Amino acid sequence: MAEKTLKRVDVIFTPYSVSPYKILAETIVKPTNEVIQEVLDSGLRGRGGAGFPTGLKWKFGAAAQGDNKVIICNADEGEPGTFKDREILTKVPRKVFSGMGICAYVTGATKGYLYLRGEYRYMIPALEKELELFHENCKKLNLNFSIEIFSGSGAYVCGEETALIESMEGKRGEPRNKPPFPVQSGYKGKPTIVNNVETFVSASMVCRIGSAEYKKLGTDDQRGSKLFSISGDTPVPGVYEIELGMKISDFVEEFGDSDTKAVQVGGVAGYCIPRKDFDKMVVGIGGTTGGSTMVFNSTRSMYNVLHNYLHFFAEESCGQCTPCRVGCQQLLKGIEAVKHKTKPAEYLDQLMKLTETMKVASKCGLGQSVANSFASIVTNFREEMIY
Amino acid sequence: MADIQLLVKELSAKHGKERSSLMPILQGVVSKERYLSSEAMTEVARELDISAAEVYGTATFYSFLDTNPRGKYVIRVCRTIVCDMHGKQDVIKTIENILKIKVGETTMDKKFSLLETNCIGWCNEGPAMLINDEVFTKLTVDKAREIIQDFIRNK
Repeated sequence: MAEKTLKRVDVIFTPYSVSPYKILAETIVKPTNEVIQEVLDSGLRGRGGAGFPTGLKWKFGAAAQGDNKVIICNADEGEPGTFKDREILTKVPRKVFSGMGICAYVTGATKGYLYLRGEYRYMIPALEKELELFHENCKKLNLNFSIEIFSGSGAYVCGEETALIESMEGKRGEPRNKPPFPVQSGYKGKPTIVNNVETFVSASMVCRIGSAEYKKLGTDDQRGSKLFSISGDTPVPGVYEIELGMKISDFVEEFGDSDTKAVQVGGVAGYCIPRKDFDKMVVGIGGTTGGSTMVFNSTRSMYNVLHNYLHFFAEESCGQCTPCRVGCQQLLKGIEAVKHKTKPAEYLDQLMKLTETMKVASKCGLGQSVANSFASIVTNFREEMIY
Repeated sequence: MADIQLLVKELSAKHGKERSSLMPILQGVVSKERYLSSEAMTEVARELDISAAEVYGTATFYSFLDTNPRGKYVIRVCRTIVCDMHGKQDVIKTIENILKIKVGETTMDKKFSLLETNCIGWCNEGPAMLINDEVFTKLTVDKAREIIQDFIRNK
């Protein structure tokens, strides 16, 4: 895989040099299959965390049978260490709505929702105003599509698309079994395309600059640029747009405080990379597309870090499936027991096995991903767990 | 008609009587009353013609749909890792001392409740907290004291 050094780009946050609604207007006169092909060719993957190819999702959405298709923009940004969607919706909301409009055009959806996490309710008045402008533009363009804001109420698991849909239907936010996928049967049984905030912006960018230009950014595995939310022990916390594929060592050099001990990529559902692996690892591969990056320096106790994560998981597990509900609680109790010497150090190995079970037996990404940070912290900082 | 009946009627007129109207209606009750009383949930159930257990089931799933009485101003301090690393515990202690309550409690005059919450998306400016829907970031002990005292005096 081609590796690139850290290169800052600025596509997403550039001010509206070209009006996003002009991009929308120019895109919705092209044949739909051409637009979908362009997004497919760009190699764009979902920016929420799961990394599903966006063009493919749109293709399935367009092919899905059924009236009243629905588009949902997932702004239930709950992954600890992530705040990029907040920045996008504050700074360039029109790029989001333009992307949603394009998606509506190619899939034939008429109704869109912006599922905004409850913590971001303060944004609603400004967004409502922006939507008025969007709807005026839709009218002008003869695009039969409208967007409504749906506010969440504080549940991490609702970032999972089927839990999000359950929540919109007025139910507990418990993930559904897949299949059927939302694109076949989603909100109220209608074909539903759920994409992250940043994904819509990137799709709109692809339509503006073309897939060939867009593909020049990133690596073979991950195309394009990506927003990273950077926080923790860094002198320069914030949201940065960085070309995918840079080494952690370059990243640490630029964003660390010269005493960096570990970097958590992909949020608490992602991996904790210790200093010895900074040279080997590249940011932005596999399950780390959410862009949460938390930096820890050598004053931090990795036991406290893991304890905080597990407390979070235990509280946010929806409780529907046993491996996740009981597993998260037992992991939390387990590391406390080892720390307090009521269990021997070898007990950590038992806990590792438990996370393996959770990985295969949990119903959704929440329970499945606990193993990532647990194993990477316990393996690399074992002595901190014990003493 | 009791106040809560009127409120629920008003909300269902705005959001509809479908099951998918449930969340917006419950959110509307909470933003007015700060919590969902059993009377409120029963009333919502009647209005939408669903079982009260269904309403209760949905309500108890979401951390912002409180079923315990809360004060007029609900303070939620972020406890997730980055805010935790940057001193949220000192912020909480300060607020506890001023309001003379512990996390999870409400002041006698029912003006403030103090809670902890999971990541609210302000890790770059932590420690952070919400007071109802309003966000406060880059908290220090002094800043937290000023904010709370301002609320005591002026709200």
